[in-house]
Amino acid sequence: MTETMILVPMRTTKQGTTLNAGKLKDAYKETTSTAEIKQEDMDRLGLKKGDRVRLRVGTHAVVVSCIPRKIKVTDNSSGLIFMPYGPTTSALMVDGDTAGTGMPASKHLVVEIEGPLAPEEDDG
Amino acid sequence: MDKNTATEKNTTIIKNATCTFCGCVCDDMELTVDLDEKCIIKSKNACVLGKAWFSEHSVDESRPVALIDGKEASLEDAIEEAAQILVNARFPIIYGLSDTTSEAQRQAVAMADYLSANIDSTSSVCHGPTGMGLQGVGEPTTTLGEVKNRADMVVYWGCNPTDCHPRLSTHFTVMPKGMYIPNGRKDRTVINVDIRSTSTTNIADLFVQLKPGSDYELLSALRSISRGRRLNPSIEEQTGVPMATIEDVAHRLMSCNYGILFFGMGLTMTRGRHYNTGALHLLAADLNEHTHFVVKPARGHGNVTGADTVMSWQTGYPFGVNFNRGYPRHEPGEFTTTDILVRGEADAACIIASDPIANFARPAIEHLKKIPVISFDPKPTPTSQIARVALTTACYGINVPGTVYRMDDIPIPLRPAFESPFPSDLDILKPLTERIRELKAH
Repeated sequence: MTETMILVPMRTTKQGTTLNAGKLKDAYKETTSTAEIKQEDMDRLGLKKGDRVRLRVGTHAVVVSCIPRKIKVTDNSSGLIFMPYGPTTSALMVDGDTAGTGMPASKHLVVEIEGPLAPEEDDG
Repeated sequence: MDKNTATEKNTTIIKNATCTFCGCVCDDMELTVDLDEKCIIKSKNACVLGKAWFSEHSVDESRPVALIDGKEASLEDAIEEAAQILVNARFPIIYGLSDTTSEAQRQAVAMADYLSANIDSTSSVCHGPTGMGLQGVGEPTTTLGEVKNRADMVVYWGCNPTDCHPRLSTHFTVMPKGMYIPNGRKDRTVINVDIRSTSTTNIADLFVQLKPGSDYELLSALRSISRGRRLNPSIEEQTGVPMATIEDVAHRLMSCNYGILFFGMGLTMTRGRHYNTGALHLLAADLNEHTHFVVKPARGHGNVTGADTVMSWQTGYPFGVNFNRGYPRHEPGEFTTTDILVRGEADAACIIASDPIANFARPAIEHLKKIPVISFDPKPTPTSQIARVALTTACYGINVPGTVYRMDDIPIPLRPAFESPFPSDLDILKPLTERIRELKAH
């Protein structure tokens, strides 16, 4: 199933601890390639915890795993995908326009989400 | 350095050490150091991020001090190669600087001046829009000590300090008792404004969820109420926040004794950018008609505030500074690193204590991979992997003394835990600058 959503890169404690261990290590790569999605969105898309999904912006795509968001205070974040900053989210910042500020609008990436992917589907 | 021999192992205890992982720059660390293994085995008072910072920065003496084209090289050869690259470039850029000492930052600015280069810090993809916003409207500022002792209203807007600055709330702003806040948390109100619920929401008295990209509208609505104007009901549709909630928040802000607005990337990395931060500063200014209100950005890296500070007192501008004409010029969008790389202008890059290959937009990364890069970093990173010259450096705060600036612009001295066999950024930048001067003189 394919749907358009907004990807919001973020900071997490796990991202912070794993980057200290090293950005070339598996723990950092794993946490920066895991998308957090609201449970109701996952249900609608037919996704289960750990499923692989493809996130696409234009002709550029990445494949990441997804997990449901864990929150104590209920919110209305339907349609939003959250993922720790890193090489994977950067790969989806395909527009380098900064609107004359130096800063790309990196916390508001309109992406097409496709999944769940079969294990044999490649990362492209 | 306050040292006490601790156990039968060759250990030392460093009291009042400084953690340089994030902008809180907590300076009450008590580190137990294994001098034989060259590592920190205990970090009392540190948060989860600080504990990882200290425990994961042991010294790996098997790493080469420098690589040139992936091959081991001496420090002298690496400095010579770096100097040749930078001197022979037509548009060299220097970038990073937020995870190093202010002494090294100062040297980097001098190097940029000799090179007629462009120099920029990670601020440009962090709180750069904050600098632009406050340049336009002014900054009602404060220190974390003042917040601790006086603030009965703490607003976290577009930031999540519980994850990113874990001790900001527990050590400085929410939990501690202060001179005029005798009961600590009980005497303070915490409001969290965000597009999503986070771990910071869990410690808030009130959570205000707004639609993505509607911060400017909500800030403007709060300003209108503080000025006694009535809101158009369409604000509910624009922001997703009920009118009653907006009015409640406005009245809480106006009626506190001392309020602080902390904010983060939720304002600077979204639509509006510097207009958002400008509106936030203006809200604080407006609220000063009713009470005392101040603003502080929640800064990320340990000395990113120092990068702004040092560049400001050396060049007059906080980031995005260009020396091509022989004197400093500042123009966000023109002299900020992402823009320079996206336009394909830079032909050499010196990356100091930063990892743009992991964090920049794709077109910027693609250009960075085409040009010779010199990297300074204590650890291998995606940027050091693509660098023509990759230098292994000692870690500031753990191995290197010096000065860093806390997020409230307070300079804090570093008390290193143990010596590293690797040079500091400053140890490399000094001879590199000197060699550049020699080459430029011929």
